[in-house]
Amino acid sequence: MSPAPPIIKIDKLYFAYQDNPVLENVNLEIEKGELASIVGPNGGGKTTLLKLILGLLKPAGGTLEVFGRAPEKARRKIGYMPQHAQLDPQFPISVLDVVLMGRLDQCGKGLFSGNYPRSAANIAGEVLAEVGLEGSARKSFNELSGGQRQRVLIARALCSEPELLLLDEPTANIDPCSEENLYQTLTKLNRKMTILLVSHDLGFVSQIVKSVICVNRQVVIHPTSEINGNIIKEIYGGNFNLIRHDHRCDQTGHSHYDHFSVNRGNRLMD
Amino acid sequence: MDFFTALSNPENAFLRQSLLVGLFSSITFGIIGTYVISRRISYLAGAVSHSVLGGIGGALWLKTIFRIEWLDPLYGALPAALISAFIISRFGRGPGKQREDTMIGATWAIGMALGIIFVDMTPGYFDITSYLFGDILLVSSRDLLLIIVLDLIIILFVGRFYYTLMAICFDEEFARLRGLKVDLFYQLLLGLTAVSVVLLIRIVGIVMVIAMLTLPAATAALYSKTLFRMMLLATLFSAIAIICGMSISYCANLASGPVIIVSAGIIYFLPAAFK
Repeated sequence: MSPAPPIIKIDKLYFAYQDNPVLENVNLEIEKGELASIVGPNGGGKTTLLKLILGLLKPAGGTLEVFGRAPEKARRKIGYMPQHAQLDPQFPISVLDVVLMGRLDQCGKGLFSGNYPRSAANIAGEVLAEVGLEGSARKSFNELSGGQRQRVLIARALCSEPELLLLDEPTANIDPCSEENLYQTLTKLNRKMTILLVSHDLGFVSQIVKSVICVNRQVVIHPTSEINGNIIKEIYGGNFNLIRHDHRCDQTGHSHYDHFSVNRGNRLMD
Repeated sequence: MDFFTALSNPENAFLRQSLLVGLFSSITFGIIGTYVISRRISYLAGAVSHSVLGGIGGALWLKTIFRIEWLDPLYGALPAALISAFIISRFGRGPGKQREDTMIGATWAIGMALGIIFVDMTPGYFDITSYLFGDILLVSSRDLLLIIVLDLIIILFVGRFYYTLMAICFDEEFARLRGLKVDLFYQLLLGLTAVSVVLLIRIVGIVMVIAMLTLPAATAALYSKTLFRMMLLATLFSAIAIICGMSISYCANLASGPVIIVSAGIIYFLPAAFK
């Protein structure tokens, strides 16, 4: 099988807020079909990296391509899920209207009509079913639980029929039961699309993802099976207990090392 | 029911006209108020309305010094409102910008201060009370026409861009990612809020416009699951507040503006206290 071009290609990326460097010499490739997670301490640059990939921030140096193009030109193919806690919990909006936002680019172009095309409601129904919320379309977004809201936001990301799904802290503010649901949903979705998520929750991440991208100013990539106490200590600078989840892995692709910049482990795929 | 008897008295055409202005302005209060509440920009609206005094003072000064007879002080209100809305939205948002609440406070206070300086510089006595507190009984048929035109513009704009505005108010970042012109629409929404504030100053005045843009919509929010329903209910609550306020102030011989505001406040606090 000839290697397909990577979906995300980051080369010598540098980013700083004012004079504080947040990301330095980041090199990263995300292949089609991956389920990868960005982990790291708060302030380590996880969300910044996500926003750079979305084109909401501009790199100060280096190159960043998504689907071989500038990030803001690739947005059509990206589904993005922010943290639900960032949104106003009292905003009067129905679940259907939240999900339909994924189709905003098709929202009426006519002089007098600003409605969504009829097809959009069908797709919204399908993606709601996909995240296990069929029948909730008419409910109010603010009467849902945290876990349900998060799933509505995943449905919204799916509604644009993306090839790449970006999730910011999908397990923040949700209960363990919802977490288990989410785990199954993501694994299922990964058969159709590439998924990149940001998480501080290594326990969750190590259960499902194939590779872990550690961001603390620089980027280090580990296959999940390699995660142990030392690596965690390296990322977070402290001791943590870790329940290890083994994956059946075989080795493919990249294995270049560069001690001065990015330490890239062996990319392992299921 | 003195008020309703007075309404039907043929001699009281001004009263009927005032009531019509109040009812038509409810539409503006209801729709714009819904966005002010759901986008959480009530203090921004407050700053815009207070800074209008600067424009009123400026126009008054120009009128007196340069003897420009046609220059109604209220003409200065519109540019002042638009400029302050633009300053806050342009410099008070986004990374590397000033804090929005600081910009709001600064615009609010500086606008009022400029207004008072201009009034002081203008020879002769000038009473700004009518601008600060408004008087619905003093509206003209031109005010009625302007409010109807404003209602139509707002209904057409909001009808056409209902989903766009909803997306921008609910999740600006996501709207941007889906290719919406977020900044343009946010500026348009603020511009429309500024225009509404200027026209509504005639009714309840600079100081209390913010109350009519927030209280009816906040009451409506208690019973609404969608923005559309919130707009309808907010319009209704604001119409009730205006009718109650006008009739009570008429019977008790009180200033109409404050009674309208207190009515809107009671409508808001009663259910909010029991909910």
